[in-house]
Amino acid sequence: MSRQTSATVLPPPAPAQKTPSFSLDNRYLAPAFITCILLAGHLSFGILESYQKTLLAIITSIGLELVLGRIFFHKWIHPASAYITGISVGILVRSPAFWPYALCSAISITSKYVLRVKGRHIWNPSNFGISVMLFLAAETVATLSIQWGNYLLPMLVIWALGSVTIWRLRRFHITGIYVASFVAFAFLRSWMTGSPWQSEIAPITGPMYQLFIFFMITDPKTTVRSKRGQCLVVFLVAVVEMVLRLHQIVYAPFYALFVVGPTAMLVEIWLESRRANLAKPTVAE
Amino acid sequence: MTGNRIAKVFLALFFIGLLATPFVIKRISAGREADRSKADAKTALARHGFYLEEISQAAGITFVHQSPKLDPKLDPIMPEVASMGASVSIVDFDRDGWPDLYVTNSAIGSKNALYRNLHDGTFKDVASELGIADVNQPGTGVSTGAVWGDYDNDGYEDLFLIKWGRPELFHNDQGHGFTRVTEQAGLPAWINANTAIWLDYDGDGLLDLFVGGYYAEDIDLWHLTTTRIMPESFEYAKNGGRKYLFHNLGHGRFEEVSAQLGINSRRWALAAAAADLRGTGHPDLFVANDYGVSELYFNDGKRFHEVGEQTGVGFSPKSGMNAAFGDILNQGRYTVYVSNISEDGILIQGNNLWVPKENTAGDALQYQNLARDFGVELGGWSFGAQFGDLNNDGTLDLYLTNGYISLDRNRSYWYDFSKVAGGNSTIIGDAKNWPAFEGRSLSGYQSKRVWLNDGAGKFIDVAQAVGATDTYDGRSVALVDLWNRGVLDVVVANQNGPLLLYKNTVAPENEWIEFELEGTTSNRSAIGAQVTMFWSGQQQVQEVSGGSGFAAENDRRLHFGLGRNPHIEKAVIRWPSGKVQTVDQPAVNRLQKMKEPA
Repeated sequence: MSRQTSATVLPPPAPAQKTPSFSLDNRYLAPAFITCILLAGHLSFGILESYQKTLLAIITSIGLELVLGRIFFHKWIHPASAYITGISVGILVRSPAFWPYALCSAISITSKYVLRVKGRHIWNPSNFGISVMLFLAAETVATLSIQWGNYLLPMLVIWALGSVTIWRLRRFHITGIYVASFVAFAFLRSWMTGSPWQSEIAPITGPMYQLFIFFMITDPKTTVRSKRGQCLVVFLVAVVEMVLRLHQIVYAPFYALFVVGPTAMLVEIWLESRRANLAKPTVAE
Repeated sequence: MTGNRIAKVFLALFFIGLLATPFVIKRISAGREADRSKADAKTALARHGFYLEEISQAAGITFVHQSPKLDPKLDPIMPEVASMGASVSIVDFDRDGWPDLYVTNSAIGSKNALYRNLHDGTFKDVASELGIADVNQPGTGVSTGAVWGDYDNDGYEDLFLIKWGRPELFHNDQGHGFTRVTEQAGLPAWINANTAIWLDYDGDGLLDLFVGGYYAEDIDLWHLTTTRIMPESFEYAKNGGRKYLFHNLGHGRFEEVSAQLGINSRRWALAAAAADLRGTGHPDLFVANDYGVSELYFNDGKRFHEVGEQTGVGFSPKSGMNAAFGDILNQGRYTVYVSNISEDGILIQGNNLWVPKENTAGDALQYQNLARDFGVELGGWSFGAQFGDLNNDGTLDLYLTNGYISLDRNRSYWYDFSKVAGGNSTIIGDAKNWPAFEGRSLSGYQSKRVWLNDGAGKFIDVAQAVGATDTYDGRSVALVDLWNRGVLDVVVANQNGPLLLYKNTVAPENEWIEFELEGTTSNRSAIGAQVTMFWSGQQQVQEVSGGSGFAAENDRRLHFGLGRNPHIEKAVIRWPSGKVQTVDQPAVNRLQKMKEPA
């Protein structure tokens, strides 16, 4: 009997899981927060390439989610998750062209339906989409690499709001462990390479990281279930990122999560499956 | 097979199709590129109507630019902070009817060069004997550019030297020498600028001078008291040098009036250009800023009004390094070309081609960026660019030079650059926080762009095919008909590299006309005069410029390509004084010398 589901084959609609998920109230917290970030960033500093491009990313994301959800799960999927994916793509992708926004959103959402194991998609959608675009369309796509005016106050406000939001969603430990690990590794890198420690810390003060630590690494659907496991995984993300940074990979955090996140999911699925099999009564011959 | 299973198969195929899309797009554009690369001169002439041949050595030009060496505190990132200064400007300083070249050098003790055109295909450096070579002496800073304008209307073009240091004004003594008149003119003691232009903003017939600061003017880059000299932000910096507008009072004196006329900015200016964008008779001012948005100042003749956001050019912050105007659609309206940074997979700002929106004009003028639609968006780490009809087919083409720092080909600084560029202002603003360069390149060894205008809204890069094959760190581009042949040659100044002279050979069947204007009531250089050429049912407008591109000044003479068998209608000249002069059916394939009618 095969216990492994093909990566491209969808299982039946997943049963209700006991993973920590957004409550009815909380479901709108993350979309509301990311919308605030978007509006504050754009109205104050014009962080977006254009409204149209961000809108294209959001519409593509939600539209595809609705269509695929209808086809494969026979229901209208709540658009909150797709909205976050679309808006993340709209903020993080930087390209003078329109098509990368639509394509990145489409790849992100479709990956949720294609790359599934035991009923769970294993990559954070926007992390998958953006990493793929950076790999495959480097001549057209980069990601957000600038500050919002590079001033301290907006950064502190976003960190404070983000922390409160993520704490309400009971995932602050993920963000906390990651930030602590990043900072520790930044000093380690500085010591190893001789670069000023400020330059090693610098990336995490930017908005790209704000989206990364509040929305990507904390995604309930693509993180392991146990709190201890989440802490371990996010620490490993920081470790892999550290290694990539030592090799001067510009988009180290995306690639680290791209590698570590699904690996952790697969390990957890395998362990759960093994546990379930062991729990089954053996049939006497 | 169940319906659900079929749907899954289609979904998988759809997903594979999505992943394959970038490959397909890349293959298509790579195929187009291959078609246009590597051609011999004969093929280029047949296919594109021209080819370029680099002949600086044969022309006796041996100039090699040297970068400055600044305060040792900046040593770790010296290649970056000392990455500008190479420039070229065109002037006929002795009024012999043959354009000469002035090029700047930027190491302390290095010498600038004035290449006199000897009419036989060669040049001779006469800067030393005329007194404008040894201008980079210790304690005075170094040259970063030069613009020529006849500020006293004596018929000879005078020289304003742009510097990181003490700016200089040299009076041209009838082509026989230059006299330094900086103090008499009332110029400030120190400006760290990369751009300046001559313009007559108030139409009084005397040329005024705009200077755009880059580093703050209280910084002596050779004697730093602090390393906090860097931009406070990669895209929102407002801690750069101030701007200056020197109003020409006559008798060789200038008065600084920028603040009282509405120019208040501390963005990091890298390029400026002026042209009458609204048909008011007054030159409007465009400033391309590094680390931020561009600025556009509408000029009502008495005051400037910053309208960057209102017109659309001043919203999305990039790394502006060039400002050039061109009527690329032959509609009698200028587009503005601003160069920025594009590096695959790291930073894709894209260059801007600001095209006036349909049905907008006057004070309601608005622009949209159509660089991508026109095909002039991606040019690497772009610097100087100029519009000009390189094949005389009747439409303006675009020459772009690029490349930032070419050191070790195999090691890149981009990772460290991107790390700090995204950092908080307290980090990015202090040079000591920037990792050391250690001989690495940053967008170095880049291929140039020669974009041919097809006249129908598309530009095609033919640089490799027509012979523009250098990969130096290009900064400044100037276009000029060096030997009065009716073709535009290209001169490129490279940072830490040789001055390149691309001689142009154009298919002879295409016709042309050139105008040399001299003001009488207007300023004698005729800067700000517009010529609109009408032929074969189309029109093209060009304006005499007192500096454009990046640290560059084109030939004062206006060059129009006319294509094959043109039906010439008229040329309409609008002088800065407001006078309008119409020349019916001017003779083509010759230089028309026009003096402003009394």
